[in-house]
This record gives sequence, structure tokens and C-alpha cells, in this order.
Amino acid sequence: MWKRDDAVKPPSAGAPSGANLQSNQTSQHVNPAPASEPVRSSDTVRGMEKGPVNIGKSVVIKGELTGSEDLTIEGHVEGKIELRQNVLTIGPNGKIKAQVFAKSVVILGEVTGNVTASEKVDLRDNGSVDGDIAAPRVAIAEGAHFRGSIDMQRTGGKGGETKAENKPVAAPAPTPQPAGAGQR
Amino acid sequence: MSISDLLKFGGKKPDAPTGAEADASASRGPETVVPSKALPKFIGALSQKEAPVLVDFGPVIGTNVAFFGEHLGCKLHIEDLAAEIDRHTRNNIRDALPATLAARFTQPDGSVDGVLCWDIFDFLEPAAAKALALQIVRVLKPGGAVMGFFCTKGVERAPFTKFEILEETSSLRHRPHPGLGGAKFVLQNRDIIKMFDGLFVSESFLLKSNTREILLRKRA
Repeated sequence: MWKRDDAVKPPSAGAPSGANLQSNQTSQHVNPAPASEPVRSSDTVRGMEKGPVNIGKSVVIKGELTGSEDLTIEGHVEGKIELRQNVLTIGPNGKIKAQVFAKSVVILGEVTGNVTASEKVDLRDNGSVDGDIAAPRVAIAEGAHFRGSIDMQRTGGKGGETKAENKPVAAPAPTPQPAGAGQR
Repeated sequence: MSISDLLKFGGKKPDAPTGAEADASASRGPETVVPSKALPKFIGALSQKEAPVLVDFGPVIGTNVAFFGEHLGCKLHIEDLAAEIDRHTRNNIRDALPATLAARFTQPDGSVDGVLCWDIFDFLEPAAAKALALQIVRVLKPGGAVMGFFCTKGVERAPFTKFEILEETSSLRHRPHPGLGGAKFVLQNRDIIKMFDGLFVSESFLLKSNTREILLRKRA
């Protein structure tokens, strides 16, 4: 308990693993690593790296979010999200005001902004998008809200996909800054 | 309930239901499959174009999106005017609807190949209908097509309908819409022709349900 700070301070644990949070202002970053047993903290961190990355509902990110693994957002993000080779899930509590680029996007929460996917956009029941969607495949469930345009590239989205896939995703460099924010 | 509430209620238009009523109306009406004569013609007109741009005035329907994406490879703009009409009804600002419709569409002049109006015109007062028709004429490309359904009998209160395109395109599934709906106004054929000045009636069908399906085109 007394070494709680040490337990979550290693650079890789500060940000969601693999994600490079270049945010101008991170209001809150709650990363509830169990710290009651400091001896096992490294195991915990390792465990987090293996599991799906989740941005909790109390987290607010303003800026650019890039990464190279699947990500679930339950919090608020404003700015830009780039997961060009991964699946982005916006959970039921997620509120996004951003341009979104991902391989595949599943939306259960609210998105205001354009969504571009190289494979598929899946707007689920109660999900909401105010903006334009561009993807080769778009699935919209009954009960979803959408206003904007939908561009489904007929040619299999070659142009869009090339654009999306050719751009290398930034290596997940450990960023100490969000780690500091995560302590609060 | 206070006296002011009672007074408010007394002065309220009968056509402005509460949010609770709207929720209650969500599940009304059965689903029916209704043949459509104009839809195949409309789709035929669009399929001749490469990556057409289509504006849909109805709410988003997943199967329609998939249909247009797979069959036409089009860019689809979902406008959901039923939600807009509902918003004006709830806020008791129906008078502002013509101005809203005149300012709402961001598409450039002559940039749209097709407009799916469905039955939205039935729910608009003449001034709002005219404002919307002007926008359609403005955004439509030469050779573009517009499909609309027009009732032949006014109704004081009717729900909106969701129109789901079935695979064979000669029928539509009519599904209940959770919105408030409203009064239905009848537009005579001459009113429609006058309203869409710049377009011509390409096809017109009177269905057994007494609905007129009208396909309008802009000369190429």
C-alpha cells in the first residue's frame, strides 16, 4: 500500500499499454491497477499488457490518441483517434468528439466527428454518430442514431485501405507524462 | 399540477403531444410489405451512374444502407427529417420549419444524383414543403431523380413510417417509426409540379392504398 506509486510508475504502465497518448490536456487518467500487493505489481502490469486496453469512463482525453492494439473507450475523447491497424470500440459510456481512423470501429456510445475505417464500421443499438462514415462495410443496427453521410467504397475500399494500411502506426513509446496524470 | 400548468395545457395545440406520448407511440402499428412501382425506376435511374450521391430524408435503416452500398456503391447522406419535424413539434416551433429546411442542406448546387423523400412531404405545411422542394431542386444534378410518396387524404394525426427496401426492390416493408408524427397534408398534383419547378414528373403511380408514388427528374 505504501509503495502504491512505485507499483504504477513504470513507464509502460502509465499509459494504456501500447497506446501513445499525445494529449495536450489529460483531465483525469484512472488506471486502477490493484496495488494492495506491491510484490505482485509487475505481474499486474504484465497482465494488463496482455488484456484489451480500456479507457475508463472517468477518463477525459483531449488531443491525439494513437496506438497499435485494440482499444475500448468508455470515457471522453476530444481530438483525433488513430488505430489504423486495430479495432476501436466505443463503449456505451464513451463520448467521442474526434476524427476517428481505425481498421474497424464498433460504436455503442456517442461519436461526433467523422469515422473512417479500412474494414468496417459497426453502429450498434443505441449507438450514435453525427458525422460522416467512410468504410467498405457499414452495419447499422435498429435503434442507432445517425446523421451524416456514408461512403462505402464500391471497389472494396482499395484507395481508402491503402491509405489507411500504408501509414505505419507510431511505435508505442512509453510516455511518462500520462503516467503522472494517471496518479491522480 | 399547478394552475399555470393547467393553463398551459389548455392553450396547447392538440397536435403537440408530450414526450411520454412519443415514447408510447414507439411500438405502434404492425409491419407491412407494400409493393412499390416507383422504387425500381428510381434505382434504375441511379444505377446508370458511377458512384451516385444519394440523399435519404428518412431515418437511418441498416438494411437500406447495405443495399445502396452493395448495389449502387453510392455515397449516402442520411438527413432524418422526421427527427427534425419532431424536434420542431416538441418545441412548438413548427413556424420555424421552413427556415430550418432552407438552411439545413449543406450539399453544393447540382451535386446530388437522387433524393429519397419517402412520405416526408405529407407531414409538412405548404410553406415548409415549398422550402424543402426548393432545396431539392437546388442540389439535384441534371439527370437526377427524386422519389416521393404523397397521400390523397389528409389526416389529423398519423405516425411516421420507416421504409425498408426489400431485396427484390419491387416492395417496401413499412415499419413503425418511434417519432411523434403529425398531421398529414394533401398536395394536389398541380401543387407538386409547381413546387418542383425545374423538374418534371417522370413516373406517377396510384397505389391501391391511395398513395401516389411520384418520380421526378431533372432534365439532363
